[in-house]
Amino acid sequence: MEVVSTIRDPLITGGKTVGDVTDDICVRVEAKPPKTWMLAMAISLSALVVGLYAVTITLWDGIGSWGLNKTVGWAWDITNFVWWVGIGHAGTLISAILLLFRQKWRMAINRAAEAMTIFAVICAAMFPMFHMGRLWLGFYWSMPLPNTWGSLWVNFNSPLLWDVFAISTYFIVSLVFWYIGLVPDFATIRDRAENRISKAFYGTLSFGWTGGAKDWSRYESVSLILAGLATPLVLSVHTIVSFDFATSVIPGWHTTIFPPYFVSGAIFSGFAMVLTLMLVTRKVYHLEDYITIKHVEYMNIVIILTGSIVGVAYLTEFFMAWYSRVPAEQYAFINRATGPYAWAYWIMMTANVVSPQLFWFKKIRTSLWATFILSIVVNIGMWFERFVIIVTSLHRDFLPSSWAMFYPTFYDVGVYLFSFGFFFTSFFLFAKFFPIVNMAEIKSIIRSSTVSEKAIK
Amino acid sequence: MEANKNYILGVYSDDDILIKAVKMIRAHNVQIHEVFSPYPLHGIDDVLGIKRSRLPKAAFAFGVLGFIFAVFLQFWTMGVDWPMIIGGKNYTSIPPFIPIMFELTVLLSALGMVGTFFIASDLKPYKKPKIFDPRITDDKLVIAIDIADNSLSKEDLNSLIKETGAEEVNDKIFE
Repeated sequence: MEVVSTIRDPLITGGKTVGDVTDDICVRVEAKPPKTWMLAMAISLSALVVGLYAVTITLWDGIGSWGLNKTVGWAWDITNFVWWVGIGHAGTLISAILLLFRQKWRMAINRAAEAMTIFAVICAAMFPMFHMGRLWLGFYWSMPLPNTWGSLWVNFNSPLLWDVFAISTYFIVSLVFWYIGLVPDFATIRDRAENRISKAFYGTLSFGWTGGAKDWSRYESVSLILAGLATPLVLSVHTIVSFDFATSVIPGWHTTIFPPYFVSGAIFSGFAMVLTLMLVTRKVYHLEDYITIKHVEYMNIVIILTGSIVGVAYLTEFFMAWYSRVPAEQYAFINRATGPYAWAYWIMMTANVVSPQLFWFKKIRTSLWATFILSIVVNIGMWFERFVIIVTSLHRDFLPSSWAMFYPTFYDVGVYLFSFGFFFTSFFLFAKFFPIVNMAEIKSIIRSSTVSEKAIK
Repeated sequence: MEANKNYILGVYSDDDILIKAVKMIRAHNVQIHEVFSPYPLHGIDDVLGIKRSRLPKAAFAFGVLGFIFAVFLQFWTMGVDWPMIIGGKNYTSIPPFIPIMFELTVLLSALGMVGTFFIASDLKPYKKPKIFDPRITDDKLVIAIDIADNSLSKEDLNSLIKETGAEEVNDKIFE
């Protein structure tokens, strides 16, 4: 008996041929950038410059310029750190986990999502470094090197050190994975390049790739193994980030639910950021045939799933606080929902628990405007989640006499702005100089996709 | 100085025709120098007789190395070189060392495998590639045959490639 499955929607529309893929993507690298790109670049560079001022003052005067006090010793810096690391989860998830699951729709978005991952991880790593006060020491104080005054080593029992290893491994492996994918595409640009400078530039980047059958065979096994290695790695990174809190004894942090809760929150915010960026890129670069409504819908489905897991986690935390019968734990949660930071808590609840549920409606999850707005709402919500977890657990600590509030200063905001400026500047440079869609992968599915497209018509 | 290398190139644009062509050419006992494509071709490895890559083994070996390094690093620094009492606990114990064991295993495995791949395929930033046809990274699939490798004459090879359904048959000489 022959079973014929219903034909899936095509992943590439517009009857593209293999040659069209090369032209459509390479033209973005070769042509002058559009005016909208120039404008976007100008805005993000201004954010970078304003932010740089705040960073300079932070490093010059010390972190006393921030709004921290002796009760709330961690606030925006760690919130931003966790938020950016979370955003950095989508790229490698898309390229690794979806590769193992043979989800071909990832091919149109994986390149940009991975680039976003890499820049987001750099943004995240900035914050602990700035918080150390002396940026330059951060590079080797955290490394397992014998200390200058003896052979005292870094403390391997500390979750903060695990974080150093987790984030740097994640960064390096993601970078390598991304670069391996770029090599054949750089070769394509090299072979089309007309002037000597770009030929030499992309020639160097392409590592002399020509696409022989033996090389492709090796390339495919490297991709598969890297995906296999990156899959547990993605899940481990935010797990270890959550250990920074979960292994402490602060009420509100000391819970075993943190690892899965943080990982799903990370994927949730990561996909939201991918959507925010890709919807704009798609429009500006006219990639409608490659990133179809179907792609947007698939990503929205991931958002419903992870958003719901996050919602369940919030409720579980509350339930467990009550069920534990530990007064301090109970107070931490009551204080979150009704204390002076209740507004932040309810922004988080609305943005993360209620808003993604709107995607159950097909009309909303296939609407570009609704998706764009909700993707931003989700990321605002996820920022508040980290803020709520961190600040509300600290600001009313064990001694009521030391209870305090946290108010950000200009420098808190400015350093955050700096990370935005860095992120968007890097992303726009990437979008101009690198192929934004993985051409080689798209070419490998173009036949099967156009065949199914014909069959539908 | 090397002598000039003469190649005959068969240019195709359909994967199925290409794979059939490779089969036909090999059936005539003709040695294929290389098949170039802008994207990975599925099923070509068996037809060309390419063995499965041993890179997964390299990845495993580097992973084991990373794991051993992590175990050694943590137990030696924390337990032997400079033992310290932290929080009244043992100098060394396995659970807090697991995250770094995992991370270093993955890190060395990934970097080692990719490094091996670059060496095995001779990919490096300053490499001047031999480009048989600039379209091999765009939309054409090319079979390259080295005339010196084969006993057949150039004309015979030309007609054989034509028969397999090639769109073009070109010469390429590297000096």
